Amino acid sequence: MIAPVIVFFACAIAAVVGAILLILAHEPIHSALSLIVVMISLAVLYLLLGAPFVAAIQILVYAGAIMVLFIFVIMLLNAGEEERTDWSKIAKWIGLPLGFVLLLEISHWLFHSEPGTAIANGAAAPAPADTFALSTELFRQYLFPFEATSILILIAILGALVLARKDQ
Amino acid sequence: MGFITQHPVLVVSLVKIALTLFVVMTALAYLTWFERKVVARMQSRWGPYYVGAHGLLQPLADGVKFLFKEDVTPPSSDIITYLLAPFLALVLALTAIALLPIGPPDVTILGQPVYAVSNINIGLIFLFAITSLGVYGVALAGWSSNSKYPLMGGLRSSAQMISYEVSLTLSVVGVLLLAGTLNLSDIVNGANGQTGYWLHFIPRWNVFPQIVGFLCYITAAIAETNRVPFDLPEAETELVAGFHTEYSSFKFAMFFMAEYANMITVSSLATILFFGGWLSPFGGHEWEKFIPVVIFLALAAYCLKEVATELQAIIHKLQFMIVVGLFLALAAVCFFFPHYAMPPFWFILKIAIFMFFYVWARGTLPRFRYDQLMAFGWKLLLPVSLANLVVTAVVWLVMHP
Repeated sequence: MIAPVIVFFACAIAAVVGAILLILAHEPIHSALSLIVVMISLAVLYLLLGAPFVAAIQILVYAGAIMVLFIFVIMLLNAGEEERTDWSKIAKWIGLPLGFVLLLEISHWLFHSEPGTAIANGAAAPAPADTFALSTELFRQYLFPFEATSILILIAILGALVLARKDQ
Repeated sequence: MGFITQHPVLVVSLVKIALTLFVVMTALAYLTWFERKVVARMQSRWGPYYVGAHGLLQPLADGVKFLFKEDVTPPSSDIITYLLAPFLALVLALTAIALLPIGPPDVTILGQPVYAVSNINIGLIFLFAITSLGVYGVALAGWSSNSKYPLMGGLRSSAQMISYEVSLTLSVVGVLLLAGTLNLSDIVNGANGQTGYWLHFIPRWNVFPQIVGFLCYITAAIAETNRVPFDLPEAETELVAGFHTEYSSFKFAMFFMAEYANMITVSSLATILFFGGWLSPFGGHEWEKFIPVVIFLALAAYCLKEVATELQAIIHKLQFMIVVGLFLALAAVCFFFPHYAMPPFWFILKIAIFMFFYVWARGTLPRFRYDQLMAFGWKLLLPVSLANLVVTAVVWLVMHP
């Protein structure tokens, strides 16, 4: 089972490189494109984890809808190249050490995790999660959080509308 | 031989991919010929006529012309994105085609299904995921050209595709409720598929219970593929050529191929979801093989008549004789291998009708104004498809307590 490992590392590297480029790119559109690369790589990782439905929804919603809106807004505003600024003091003295600590924690967890739990070990991907099972869980057991989230999003949309129309 | 029997999945998949690519590419080329001919007939013109008999070699000539034209890259363009955009458009359009089943999944060679390059369980959602990425080709082309008209075209196209994608997806959910599956093959002939009849003569196709959904789907699909009357991203009277103004040579051709490939995809999806896919309207009897045989023989006879009476040049007569041979071969295949030939025949016939519909619309309808387009999408199409979904869900609940 060498193929999943190759796919995993290809997508993992693509995701990390995309995330770095997202921060380093000068053009806002390039940042947005890098974010799309990250999202599609994540979708492939979901596929490896045996969740094809989540993978497809990840592409459909994030890459296909949300990022299109991002790009649309960037194009509409015709945002030019970003200017490079110095590091802020907070980022330099608090952010950097904290990031370093987080990195240490993650690597510690990675190196001490049970062998066989990570995809990188080449373990066979679990059986694909059934869309029917997923929706049954979502609309039976987790109905309340699901509906609450959708109402929250509706409120957020209304809030955005109110903010955008405040000149009237 | 040993390799083939040891790796049936690999070999059969590669052959299927190569065949699909060849057929689709040829179909794309001749769709341009078909469109020009039909629009010309609607406008009392001849259309392509001089390159080959009845312009049959025009697509080939166009392809060669695209390959050898100077490839101009605007110096102020954003070079990576500029080069990426046409590839993105074409690759995504062709990927979507790989998901479409053109025949029953139980016809196999070496244990592998023949009629779909890839038959996955969440086919429909995956198809929408792929086609929803298609907007990047257009939007990035518009932005990266660093020019005013392409930017306007790219902006219009992103807004239009986002608006109509909502209706497109919602209009299909009604069919999903009826079928109870996301697998494209199962939607056609699964447990709740479209086999069988109502009142013994109306095929059990989803278009009858879902006529509103179908109308919403086909309207949104024309908008999604940027075709007349929704071709605002490339409205030539307003925007020169819209998002692909700055593209020349083969990159321009790639946008065109992507557009036609998208037309094939949405037509195939309409066929699968609403018109019973590869299912015959008559129930799949043995005598049905004579329908394509008669059609192909009639076409061959018509071509022979042209050779005898109309065509003057020897080379044109020869070209038409090749076409006659092609039709005879197709008739023979349908006659001797109906088990393999009939499902794709019905499928392609249904797509061809949709293609004619596309061209018909282009020859008939004027373009929308931009505000009309947006108002139509959000204020009419979206509520109607939402209402269709709610009504379908309620009726389904009442019928399956």
